[in-house]
Amino acid sequence: MQGFYPLFTAIPLGMAFINLLMAKISKKVADYIAFIATGVLAVMAVRMLFEPVFVYKVGGWPPPWGILLVSDGLSSLLLVVINVIGFLAIIFSTKYMTTYTAKPKYYTLFLLMIAGMNGVVITGDMFNMYVFLEIASIASYALVGFGCEKEELEASFKYLILGGVASTAILFGIAFLYSMTGTLNMPDLAQQIEILGMNKALGFVIALFIMGFGLKASSVPFHAWLPDAHPSAPAPISAMLSGVLIKALGVYSIARIMFHIFGPEPMISSILMFLGALSMVVGVFMAVGQSDVKRMLAYHSISQMGYVTIGLGLGLNPNVDPAVAALGLFGGLYHLVNHASFKSLLFLCSGSFEYRTNTRNKYEMGGLIRRMPITSTTCSIASLSISGVPPFNGFWSKLIIIIAFLKAGYPLYGAIAVLVAFMTLISFVRLQKDVIFGTLPEKFREVKEAPLLMTLPLIILAVLCLALGVAYPFVDQAMLQAAKDTLLDKMAYMSLLTGG
Amino acid sequence: MICYFLALVLFVMGLYCLVAKKNIIKKIIGVTITEYSINLFLILIGYRRGGIAPITLRGMDPGEVAAKGVDPLPQALVLTSIVIGLGVLALMVAMCLRLYEKYKTFDMSEINRLRG
Repeated sequence: MQGFYPLFTAIPLGMAFINLLMAKISKKVADYIAFIATGVLAVMAVRMLFEPVFVYKVGGWPPPWGILLVSDGLSSLLLVVINVIGFLAIIFSTKYMTTYTAKPKYYTLFLLMIAGMNGVVITGDMFNMYVFLEIASIASYALVGFGCEKEELEASFKYLILGGVASTAILFGIAFLYSMTGTLNMPDLAQQIEILGMNKALGFVIALFIMGFGLKASSVPFHAWLPDAHPSAPAPISAMLSGVLIKALGVYSIARIMFHIFGPEPMISSILMFLGALSMVVGVFMAVGQSDVKRMLAYHSISQMGYVTIGLGLGLNPNVDPAVAALGLFGGLYHLVNHASFKSLLFLCSGSFEYRTNTRNKYEMGGLIRRMPITSTTCSIASLSISGVPPFNGFWSKLIIIIAFLKAGYPLYGAIAVLVAFMTLISFVRLQKDVIFGTLPEKFREVKEAPLLMTLPLIILAVLCLALGVAYPFVDQAMLQAAKDTLLDKMAYMSLLTGG
Repeated sequence: MICYFLALVLFVMGLYCLVAKKNIIKKIIGVTITEYSINLFLILIGYRRGGIAPITLRGMDPGEVAAKGVDPLPQALVLTSIVIGLGVLALMVAMCLRLYEKYKTFDMSEINRLRG
């Protein structure tokens, strides 16, 4: 399996272009190519969970000079999230995207986005990370504007400009780091910074990275693009953007860089905790009063990503008890996986409703559980998960984060987390009342259930939502503990330079 | 030192153009200027006064190249970054054309159907 590691970027990158060439001969092939490519990737990603930590040297060059691909607990976790959700989104797309033209081009962009995200997650080289980040970003800009209507183009252009600024800030930070240490290799950078110690220039680099990756993760002061971009994209793409992209490009990069390159630092920790709390509160209050279902879900994405950021922030704090910091970090990572499952499910459900009713306004819908039982039930499960009702997965991760903050002596942040969870519950109860229950409007009397290819991914994701909550001990051991231990062990990451 | 300062001035000018101008073509120019200032900064990191090209020709001592040659890595990075910049620029211009087709204007303050 180790020799196949680069295939995580090679398969989607190659298939993206083969797909375009094959589309010249036959349009039908595109569906199968995308389905098989993402299916193989999903199986490989699950298989990677059971591999030990290893390092792949690209082209056989020894570490400080060549590019490293690193496989450890954190990258395996993110690979599973990216590829499994990607596979389900592709299944959903086969029917849903028939309402758009140019399907082969859509699959090409989708595969490019997967290639970029996989690349960001597996690489161990700063500049390589930047290049993959740009591949994923450019593909996502194009996908947001895929419908080419007025709103979509406007959202895409906004996203493009802000994303361009974020990329510039990240490249600026990388250039600064290179000028100080003379290396781009991440384990090597960690060693050099350990020798240098903290100084003003490094503080500037941290500020640039928090701005750049914060824009990609849409933490609150940098969130302006997300509520426009995520609703404008086609539903499977919204699911990918909200469920995966902001995590793989934003939160993963912040975690990897802050934990492994800079190491635990009180300043970074308090900034991340503050940004997380701000995102939680602002996101949930902005979501109130949105009539567009997808726009409301996008605001909740900002709010839920706040939980992940605040958990990471507590994990970075060297002044609290290490066991409590580890608990906070664990809660953050657990919520990351949970958010990927229920938020992509919610966006796919909204796509399924839109496919049959042609509206996204929740006040026009109502009583759809009688006409579309499967979509409505899965949507209900996802709503219960996101609002933190036991035994679904969202409850456990929120509980762990709240307990960690109370134990660490930050009762204010704990109280904010409880308040936001309560607000989320209210918001989703109203969504269910307006869309799923209530009276069925006259014009939707003849609405049918969505086709099987669209309901199948919904059912799988709903089962995942329940399983991640109930089968918690298995998940705990297999995925999350490994990822948490990886993040907390900076020495092990630095030793990848010589070992492996 | 003055060179680094000029790269910073260029960066700030690009940001100003991006924030203050309403015309989307000018915004695109602003993004491009910030990108180029970073490229300039990267090149300046590798620069060495009186340096030579980092290529060992026949009969040259490798130690001399190591002592006097400029750093080749930033140049490779800048090449990659220019290519990425070209991709983003092409996409931005294409979006801009489509926006003009739909809205019949380049003024960003009139392109405001999304809010709230």
